[in-house]
Amino acid sequence: MSQETSTNLKRTPVNAIHKELGGKLVPFAGWEMPIQFQGVIQEHQSVREGVGIFDVSHMGEIEIQGPSAKKLIQHLVTNDIESMQDNQALYTLMCLENGGVVDDLLVHRFSDDHYFLCVNASNSDKDFQWIMQNAGSYDATIRNTSQNTAQFAIQGKHSVALLQKICDTSLDEIEYYHFKKAKIHQFESIIARTGYTGEDGFEVYIDADHAEAVFRAILDAGKEFDLQPIGLGARDTLRMEMGYALYGNEINETSKPFEAGLGWVIKLGKEDFIGKAELKKQKLAGNKRKLVGIRLLGRGVLRPHYRILKNGAPVGELTSGTFSPSLNTGIGLCYVSTECAEPGTQLEVEIRKLKVPAEVVKPPFLPTRVKKING
Amino acid sequence: MEVPEELLYTQEHEWIRVEGQNAVIGITQFAQDQLGDIVFVELPEVGSQIEKESPFGVVESVKTVSDLYAPVSGKIIKVNQDLEANPENVNSEPYGKGWIVEIEVSDAKELDSLLNPEAYLEQCKKEQE
Repeated sequence: MSQETSTNLKRTPVNAIHKELGGKLVPFAGWEMPIQFQGVIQEHQSVREGVGIFDVSHMGEIEIQGPSAKKLIQHLVTNDIESMQDNQALYTLMCLENGGVVDDLLVHRFSDDHYFLCVNASNSDKDFQWIMQNAGSYDATIRNTSQNTAQFAIQGKHSVALLQKICDTSLDEIEYYHFKKAKIHQFESIIARTGYTGEDGFEVYIDADHAEAVFRAILDAGKEFDLQPIGLGARDTLRMEMGYALYGNEINETSKPFEAGLGWVIKLGKEDFIGKAELKKQKLAGNKRKLVGIRLLGRGVLRPHYRILKNGAPVGELTSGTFSPSLNTGIGLCYVSTECAEPGTQLEVEIRKLKVPAEVVKPPFLPTRVKKING
Repeated sequence: MEVPEELLYTQEHEWIRVEGQNAVIGITQFAQDQLGDIVFVELPEVGSQIEKESPFGVVESVKTVSDLYAPVSGKIIKVNQDLEANPENVNSEPYGKGWIVEIEVSDAKELDSLLNPEAYLEQCKKEQE
């Protein structure tokens, strides 16, 4: 429909497969990406009850290697990578001096002096600039490998059995938030037990040149498990049921990480890092607002920017909202003043001219089924 | 794409089936396909007046919100209550069980401005390009 813009969009290495599979392609963060295949609800349920595959090659990858790689990353991120083991992954934020969020990302450690970061598609160029800008005196090589790297997520309870068929390592040995270099369908890959759905599963990174072959091999291996291709529509409903923050919605350069419930990835006890002084102040000052889940009690769908009211007075605005296929009701995320943040608090959502009853929920909206070993 | 011969259409992708003084209104196959999984339909009140080309209700899919526009003016005499429990009928049977409202047409002349099936099909083809 938007012909004039589609020519400027980047395409992932499996763009042709999306078209073969009947995907509806739309512009997203400068990429042409499938929003859906069979339908958002069906895809959502495939991941919750079986297994699905997502092409997330639009995500950015940045590799950092050298004697000071660890020190540089420690300086950049809020979480503490000191105790990370080889083949481990860690969720973290990268903040501005004023505490605003540059991006949320995963740090993967190959070895003490070699790491790669998985960052948001919409931020990958900005992140790379930010890292370069702050890398001045550090002895480390920084490479933006996003263009040469494809990423697929295989999520759902059959993901282990499926991927095991075409993989040369024992996947049971990869714990949650760990990864391993191994071959999928004869091609070198990084297989990480991570995801954005709340289900057990993997995110795999492959050289873009082999991406199509690997994607087809996974589709073939997935036939007996009724593997479904999943678009960005279901990716969003799945993450929202888990209450996972989405950069650009819940967090951005002006948001406060503690209010977003991300204090668990801010390690104020570690050595100096960008934003530490300000974040320390924010923590001492305490939260005025808090990010909570909102569950609609009447019928309808929640959308970003809908106003949330308590006894008729506005207390916040949704940062994300959708229809939860698992709960069959509208759900969303919202910063509300702390006195309204208690789970069970009765609120109202302004939907067009109506005020529909809703309540505060502590996310996730349904239990996660990831393979947590040590919480 | 299914565009039944016996119906009239709007540029906003509603269909209307005229039955004497009354008419049944819904959204087209093309519209439901563009919207994706429909999870909520906001219906007007029986007895209320609707104005040609003005919004009279809302269809929500998981992805998006879409207003329903009145093909012609009239009074609502029936709404499809079944859609409260089964909004997905708009996807599966947009011209059947997925009908939305029935109205008493105020001015039959307004029907002349609507699209015939050929013209509507032409419009859909253009939008799909």
